[in-house]
Amino acid sequence: MSLRRTLLTMGRIVRQLRHDPRTIALLLVVPSALMGLLAWSLVNRPGNFDSLGPRLLGVFPLTMMFLVTSVTTLRERSQGTLERLLTLPLAKAEFILGYAGAFAAVALVQSALVSTLSYTWFGLAHQGVPWRISLVALSAGLLGTAFGLALSALATTEFQAVQFMPAFILPQLLLCGLMVPLDQLPTALRYVADVLPMTAAVHAITPALSTSYYVAQFAIMFAYIGVALAVGSTTLRRRTR
Amino acid sequence: MTTPALEVRQLRVVRRHQEILASLDFGVDTGQLVGLLGPSGSGKTTLMRALLGVQTITSGHALVLGERVGSPGLRRRVGYMAQASAIYLDLRVRENLEYFAGVLGVGRDRVEHVLDVVDLRRHSEHLVSSLSGGERSRVSLAVALLGSPEVLILDEPTVGLDPVLRQDLWRTFVELTAQGTTLLVSSHVMDEAQRCERLLLLREGRLLFDDTPGELLERTKRERYDDAFVTLINEAS
Repeated sequence: MSLRRTLLTMGRIVRQLRHDPRTIALLLVVPSALMGLLAWSLVNRPGNFDSLGPRLLGVFPLTMMFLVTSVTTLRERSQGTLERLLTLPLAKAEFILGYAGAFAAVALVQSALVSTLSYTWFGLAHQGVPWRISLVALSAGLLGTAFGLALSALATTEFQAVQFMPAFILPQLLLCGLMVPLDQLPTALRYVADVLPMTAAVHAITPALSTSYYVAQFAIMFAYIGVALAVGSTTLRRRTR
Repeated sequence: MTTPALEVRQLRVVRRHQEILASLDFGVDTGQLVGLLGPSGSGKTTLMRALLGVQTITSGHALVLGERVGSPGLRRRVGYMAQASAIYLDLRVRENLEYFAGVLGVGRDRVEHVLDVVDLRRHSEHLVSSLSGGERSRVSLAVALLGSPEVLILDEPTVGLDPVLRQDLWRTFVELTAQGTTLLVSSHVMDEAQRCERLLLLREGRLLFDDTPGELLERTKRERYDDAFVTLINEAS
């Protein structure tokens, strides 16, 4: 594996995004606007935004990087560039880490913008630790990218890839503790919810008493990232039947 | 004795219970320009993909430059142009070439060189999405040429090109063979057959003909390649 080819791939993906300013705008503006909308809608319920807002900081990068990655890697498969790359001296790991790196960087920029706006303009009063918010955004972005890579192998058209979003994201959104507090869920669902990647992303940002709690959330996220990247790499086959 | 550029022995490919290639046998010497012709669905692309190592071989074997197809050592020595243009539409022409050059580990001088070979210099700063189909396939060809490969496998490289450009490209192919490059070029334009030193005619996964273009005309007693081709296909069925 070469760092040079990984960085080259990362740079190529970022360059592709740069030629698509509308996507960049959507990636940056939409989460910020949603956060503003949430703050505004809760303006008559003091305190609510302070508890809901931070959790969304973990939801955005997961959702958006999942969507962006599944569509872009599907495009690599369907337009033949993936096949071409696999006939060239590019290792699968270089391809995958190129994607992970490029979209993690986008997730960081996105979260920096959303959290800055939230803590200033939208009046979020929550003892957020900037480095932890960045770390959550980074891990959640990586989670989205890793799952997007893996699931894109199941889709044969971009239309299908987009449909994976509600199938993969919405159940997690229902169970991650945003709608119903985890301890009020039926026991069976509670067990499921506890190990979902989005639950970990949401809870890694929520204030808690112990450090070991945060460590556990990050451990869950990174375990998922590892597994999803490994599954993703098995879907990149140099040889087809 | 020198190693042949391509060596195919009893190559058989079965895909979804369907026999795509049935026991093919042929060898290609270094520096030959070989045309691969055949009706659509005859197995041309499958054969090319098998030689590239991206298509699983059911039985038999195929060697490229003496190495088993798909071996990592061949990735720098074999250039491939698929039917899909396999380039990034949302990058400029030059950005595409620079990325693939980087992956291959070749310098920027190669990027400049291939831009001239495929005559795309004036489009080098354009986004590929703004190019015509013919221009896109030239970008794809340029990528295949980047690594100065010893073997070039080109799947219908002249589709959608005007006659002038088509002629230029065939001239380039001949020049490449003069430098020792081996080329396997598929086409469905029969007139292009005369530019090859040797023709492989595939039909339903079998080799129907393997000789020079002149021999094809002689054997079928036709004057035009189109007619010769049809005659040969009809004789076989």
